[in-house]
Amino acid sequence: MSDHGNLVNPTLDAALLDRRRGSSSIFDASRPGRRGVLLPPLDVPGADPEALFGTLHRAEVEGEVEASEVDAIRHFTRLSQKNLSIDANLYPLGSCTMKHNPRINEEIARLAGFADVHPYTPAHLSQGALELMARLEAALIALTGFARVTLQPSAGANGELAGCLMIRAAHVKAGAPRKYVLVPDSAHGTNPASAHFAGYEVKELASTPRGTLDPAELEKKMTDEVAAVMITVPNTLGVFEENILDVSRIVHARGGFVYLDGANFNAFVGKVRPADMGVDVMHMNLHKTFSTPHGGGGPGAGPVGVGAALVPFLPVPTIEPEGAGFRLDFDRPDSIGRMRTFYGNFGVLVRALTYILSYGQEIGEVAENAVLNANYLRKKLAPFYHLKYDAPSYHEVVFDDKLQAAKGVHNIDVAKRLMDYGFHPPTMSFPLIVPGALMIEPTESEPIEELDAFADAMIAIAKEAEETPELVTSAPHVTPVGRVDEALLAREASRAGSFAPVLRAPVRRS
Amino acid sequence: MRYIPNSPAEQAALLREIGVSSVDDLFATVPREVLRKDPPPLAPPMSEVELRRDLGAMAARNAAATCFASFLGAGLYAHHSPAFVSQLLLRGEFLTSYTPYQPEVSQGTLTAIWEFQTHVALLTGMDVANASMYEGASALVEAVLMAERLTKKRTKVVVSRTIHPEYLATLGTYLANLGMEIVEVPAGADGVTSAAGLAAAVDDETFAVAVQSPNVFGLVEDWSVAAEAAHARGALAVGVVNEMFSLALLKPPGEAGIDIACGEAASFGIPASFGGPLVGFLACRDGFKRQIPGRLAGRLETPNGPVFALTLSTREQHIRREKATSNICTNQGLFALAATMTLTALGKHGLRETALLCLAKAEYLKAGIGRLGNGKFAIAFPGATFNEFALRCGPPVGEVLSALEKAQILGGVPYARLAPGAGEHEDLLLVATTERIRREDLDRFLDVLKGF
Repeated sequence: MSDHGNLVNPTLDAALLDRRRGSSSIFDASRPGRRGVLLPPLDVPGADPEALFGTLHRAEVEGEVEASEVDAIRHFTRLSQKNLSIDANLYPLGSCTMKHNPRINEEIARLAGFADVHPYTPAHLSQGALELMARLEAALIALTGFARVTLQPSAGANGELAGCLMIRAAHVKAGAPRKYVLVPDSAHGTNPASAHFAGYEVKELASTPRGTLDPAELEKKMTDEVAAVMITVPNTLGVFEENILDVSRIVHARGGFVYLDGANFNAFVGKVRPADMGVDVMHMNLHKTFSTPHGGGGPGAGPVGVGAALVPFLPVPTIEPEGAGFRLDFDRPDSIGRMRTFYGNFGVLVRALTYILSYGQEIGEVAENAVLNANYLRKKLAPFYHLKYDAPSYHEVVFDDKLQAAKGVHNIDVAKRLMDYGFHPPTMSFPLIVPGALMIEPTESEPIEELDAFADAMIAIAKEAEETPELVTSAPHVTPVGRVDEALLAREASRAGSFAPVLRAPVRRS
Repeated sequence: MRYIPNSPAEQAALLREIGVSSVDDLFATVPREVLRKDPPPLAPPMSEVELRRDLGAMAARNAAATCFASFLGAGLYAHHSPAFVSQLLLRGEFLTSYTPYQPEVSQGTLTAIWEFQTHVALLTGMDVANASMYEGASALVEAVLMAERLTKKRTKVVVSRTIHPEYLATLGTYLANLGMEIVEVPAGADGVTSAAGLAAAVDDETFAVAVQSPNVFGLVEDWSVAAEAAHARGALAVGVVNEMFSLALLKPPGEAGIDIACGEAASFGIPASFGGPLVGFLACRDGFKRQIPGRLAGRLETPNGPVFALTLSTREQHIRREKATSNICTNQGLFALAATMTLTALGKHGLRETALLCLAKAEYLKAGIGRLGNGKFAIAFPGATFNEFALRCGPPVGEVLSALEKAQILGGVPYARLAPGAGEHEDLLLVATTERIRREDLDRFLDVLKGF
């Protein structure tokens, strides 16, 4: 926590802080006549756009920025200073898996031979890229036990959709698409949405008091009309489906497929191959398990592994060996088609393969240490925060705010107060079946002293909630902006049209 | 392992504190028959030295545009990115931060998203843009689904066949099970969408009409043709752009009556990276903003300056799941930021000057081809183009590309590559120029063609 009272020159500091907070956007700082890029000279005769385009010609993009390179670098550097990041702070976002991002991955992805290669480069001039994709597919097959993996989906949810479309295509090929997909009440919200977009109606499966699936309940709901069951292992409560083998048996007995949401693959990578549990299809969020950086919202990549029954339905293209090299195969008559342009988020695939090769056969240590760290935090925090589901935790542990709510302190208040202690808040938006959830995932890349510091902060906040609850409910106190009223913002921004753009005179500061 | 900080002794201390004797005790609820005893069949861990050698060798087997003069485009254009952009992107506060759901500690990312939205809105002439989509083709899908929600109970989308074939293929995949019909309108002999063809295809069941400009042949289309065809029957007009620099010189979709603009913004400094990750965009009229998919940053004016936060959450995790209008969960935050930085550096003047360079180089090449005089090559369509055009080849396209390759030129994208197996336009080569192309590259290109 910073203490402004200790500063040598409080006036100067206030001014500095104000500049850092900034007004603001680069549009406010734009000044006529400034420029940030020098372009190469025109070395061919100039073309006259007005003559070429006639009435379709546009003379200028009104309102666009005018700024120098210095302006741009200062602006974006100051913006960066208003973000928390995993590089400097423990970021215990349950299910989102904010782990260390090795910089060698970035260096490799930036090699000109990867970064500056156009996707339509002829195959004989892009064998390295094709080989990289083939090797990543082989590594993911080694870790999952599936028959094939498509690398094309752009993100985890995009992989879910690809998986659901393949399931539907397989059922159609077998005679009927079927009607329903079963999704547990603890699942990620994208699961039902993806099933819906594949043309399915979603039916919910209620969790047991241990937060897992109830085979008896599944047996009742699993009919010949059910195309698939979408499960998450460990689920969003951090609990491993102990009955996974029963689940697979029940689903397969009625001709359905088992879809595994691989968001939490980092909890068992190298320890369990999903195909061995009877899973037929699974997407992998590469950024979570294989450390590609989240980048403030993406990009991700969501490869999907499938068992032999679903291989004919993989999206096009697939990577196939040819002679000593590889080729793209578009000639797959039963394919669900294309999920996007080109071949996938290749740059993310480069980072993921680099990470997998860094660990190699020792990658199981990722899962072991992620589970170890989560259980350590569970042990330290259990006396201070309520555990709704008292089942063994894997890589994440879900508390709720029941003990604090009596004093009017809710999970959102604990989250905001954590920012004052220099930590990013845990996840609160799910699982939906835990009201007031605080879903904590430290990952394998946190050292013991950082786990202790986080636990100390959480414990201190629990005490504050008892003794000075208003300190917690009014937090955060030392962040670049105070608590944001998102409802007010939605209303005011909507009214003022300030989503984009703001076409008005720049604000001048006196 | 170097990415796991706790030493074996510290790991043992954690186990003691938890009260178990081994890590495997923590995996006690995993069925024994699936818990693996042996390590996975992968190589031993690699050091950075080995990673550089192994992966560097793979990278070296690809033809980078830095080694060839590249005329490859067809939806992805290799423009220059200012040096500071990739360096600032490596700042951990951008690179390793999460989606900005906690605005108090994410004002940097949120401000940048709002700026990205503003750039997209200004360029497209639309009122509101979102925080980015996966890439252009899926942005088209989301735009079409959005139009369907806005028009209610209609079932048909009319698309021009001059939209990038991979965009149309992607649309087909997504719409396959949603009970919507895709009606494709072929191009006229001049390579642009026929107004009569569109008008004939649109009826009272149509919820959207989608066109692209510049289209897949590089030809400039008039957005208002689509807008008029759509609005005449109560449908919405969707405009697709995959070369955003064109909007520096061409009337934007928003000024021509387009309701939803979408496409690819990778031209603004995003590395080609063999086709991904890219940065899709989606923008619309103000009245439609509540149906916009994905994320949206809003700006609130306060006495202490503006505050930014994600807002109008239509995304699936915040609402009742059966009402989800999209399964989109991430945006392309880091690359939307890269595009924003690039646009800031280019600014109003750099945008236009870059666009003029691209245009002039393409016109120079087109004029040179017109003067070849060997009767083997022709500009396929007469209409105006921006930085890309379709070259009709007498000799097989593969032979032309091989000859160019010998001169260290990646000569263009065979149209047939975009739609494998379709057997269409097999004599067309799509040739694109950017500011990275020099006059000597253009002259070398012409010399090779002259040799046929």
